[in-house]
Amino acid sequence: MKLGFSPADEAFRAECAAWLQAEMTGDFADIRGIPNLCDAIPRRKEWEQRLGQAGWSCIGWPREWGGRDATIAQQVIFAEEYARAGAPNRINHIGVELAGPTILAFGSEEQKARYLPEIAAGRQIWCQGYSEPNAGSDLANVKTKARLEDGQWVVNGQKVWTSLAHYSDMIFVVARSEEGSAGPKGLSFLLMDMDQPGIEVRPIRQINGEAEFNETFLTDARCAADAMLGAAGEGWKVAMALLAFERGVSTLGQQMQFRNELDAVIDAAKANGKAADPVVRQKIARAEIGLRLMRYGALRMLSGTDLAAIDGAALTYKIQWATWRRNLGELGMEVLGQAAEVAPGDHYSWPTLPNLFLFSRSDTIYGGTNQIQRNLIAERGLGLPREPRGQA
Amino acid sequence: MEFAFTDEQAMIAETVRGFFAENATSERTRKAMAADGIDRELWSSFANELGLAGIGLPEEHGGAGLGMVEMALVAEAAGAQVAALPLLGHVMIGQAIARGGSEAQKAEWLPRLAAGELIATAAWAPKLSVADGRISGTFPFLPHGASADLLLVHSGSDAWIVDLKGAGVSVEAHVTMDQTRPFATATLDGAQGEQLADGDAAIAGALAAGWICLAAEALGGAQATLDRTVAYSKERVQFGRQIGSFQAYKHRLADMMIEIEQARSAVYWAACAVDEGSDEAQVALHSAKAFCADTYFMCAGNMIQLHGGIGFTWEHDAHLFFKRARSIQTLLGDGQWHREQVASAVLGAAA
Repeated sequence: MKLGFSPADEAFRAECAAWLQAEMTGDFADIRGIPNLCDAIPRRKEWEQRLGQAGWSCIGWPREWGGRDATIAQQVIFAEEYARAGAPNRINHIGVELAGPTILAFGSEEQKARYLPEIAAGRQIWCQGYSEPNAGSDLANVKTKARLEDGQWVVNGQKVWTSLAHYSDMIFVVARSEEGSAGPKGLSFLLMDMDQPGIEVRPIRQINGEAEFNETFLTDARCAADAMLGAAGEGWKVAMALLAFERGVSTLGQQMQFRNELDAVIDAAKANGKAADPVVRQKIARAEIGLRLMRYGALRMLSGTDLAAIDGAALTYKIQWATWRRNLGELGMEVLGQAAEVAPGDHYSWPTLPNLFLFSRSDTIYGGTNQIQRNLIAERGLGLPREPRGQA
Repeated sequence: MEFAFTDEQAMIAETVRGFFAENATSERTRKAMAADGIDRELWSSFANELGLAGIGLPEEHGGAGLGMVEMALVAEAAGAQVAALPLLGHVMIGQAIARGGSEAQKAEWLPRLAAGELIATAAWAPKLSVADGRISGTFPFLPHGASADLLLVHSGSDAWIVDLKGAGVSVEAHVTMDQTRPFATATLDGAQGEQLADGDAAIAGALAAGWICLAAEALGGAQATLDRTVAYSKERVQFGRQIGSFQAYKHRLADMMIEIEQARSAVYWAACAVDEGSDEAQVALHSAKAFCADTYFMCAGNMIQLHGGIGFTWEHDAHLFFKRARSIQTLLGDGQWHREQVASAVLGAAA
């Protein structure tokens, strides 16, 4: 058992750090440090393409599809250096981290050739069509319908909380393709062009005033019959496999962002004297400890030989970081006091810590609420019996 | 990236888990609780048959070599059974001598410690006076103090070993809430101390080992409370359902697992950091001690609650975990103190 990385890995770190630092202080200095996914989109599309040209877009993928066959350790290092350099959050993270790996796992060679090079080059932004007004925590309750007509899927329904849909090129849609089916059976996993008359996107304003996510209406929206991963009616398997990719190596890059957020709280406490308050000191220490333990939990999860331990660390990771970040948002407000409740400008827009306070309320909801996480932990991690289900 | 157990470490873990599960039974532990809190037969097989008392001690002095990671594996397994063993004082004095003793001191003490011939205890933040190598002072809350042969004390940058059976020493045993690790008070009145060659190294080694030992015991104990409560929740039926199928119940178990997984990262981060001489070692140690102790206490409290009335009985083992957890929270610095050390590292010292 070791804490650090090998000398070869550290050499790799130096290489990617140098490139990232140069870009973030050079051509792309104007988008450095943007945390959200809704500002400066045209420039950030250019950044996605720069990553693609330089081969840094999806380093964990196979070389033949635009990746570098990077080891897990290298992916961890890149994610850390990416955040350390202040590079903006990836607007195509759904394409790179979810759609790509799922296509690699389930796609035909023809499908791989059609989508992967475009994603790797940063030319194709993806969004995720999972949730619906009546399919949130109960995702299998999808009502959006798909029927085959003249060699095309014709899709009708509504998706919601579709992050980034307003500038995405593609969407993967979980739709009910078997008439009369219910629950996880009879669903298909479709890959659809966003640029078509049958798809309408309406932004949803969030509690922090920004609009990263949307309602997506599908009205006779179309895609080719073979624009589908897995077999017709077996989309649930694909949809669930995709979710497993969500807790990949990007978690460590995400932690570097958390580090920056905790540092902002620490700096604020030092600046206004709260750093001397013993109660605040205890809370900052708890946050510091929590962040360190997240790092070593993630390393444990990614290091890989002790399967039982990995499952435990991986299964508990989402609720752990989401709760940590929500607590940090609250601590930031406590440290800053009332000053944090007044916006610096004349419109409803917030600096880092007040924004964190508001935004982090979503962390414990999206990607499986804390309550759903506890169900998963109890049922999959501890083998507890399932709660009896109500009528669908 | 290899933050996972090696094959050898996994084998040690399996061996010690089996050893404690088979030998540190509730019946034997309760027998020890009625006496001085030490299962002598367990201690003897621990040291002699398995050679586990030598873990973390150099091989040239009768030890088994290895380091804090392996020591933590042992403490984790012991904690899972709330074993009645004088492990805490043992690892503290062992590391004090291994890291801060002269060659002669190592040669004198380590083989006997590795063989389990001596029982040791250690004082936390002691106040003492020294004149011509003779030590005076009162040392409360010594774990297994009434049974110990040796006492480790320190002051500033100096550390001493005191023979508790020698002249100028009186020891008073106390009825203690956690009967698996009862406290005693030693009063020294000009007792002869043997000063260790490098006091700073001895103190740092002893504290690191003590904190890791307690954190690892807490991890093992917390996991055991979860495992036992999960098993109970599948057996017990109310309202026509296994009680483990109720969300109010399973969410508390999930919360235990969430904390325990972090505690596991904490213990092995700290142990690795000490073994590797990492800059992070001090923050890791304070984090591990504070976090694991709190986790254990939360889990042990839940164990009682989730067992209902039976969990409140003397007959059930829940109280063994609960009392050990409470004791670990305060031993070698409470959570607030450890978190303040972490705060000092990130914010600077308190005003």
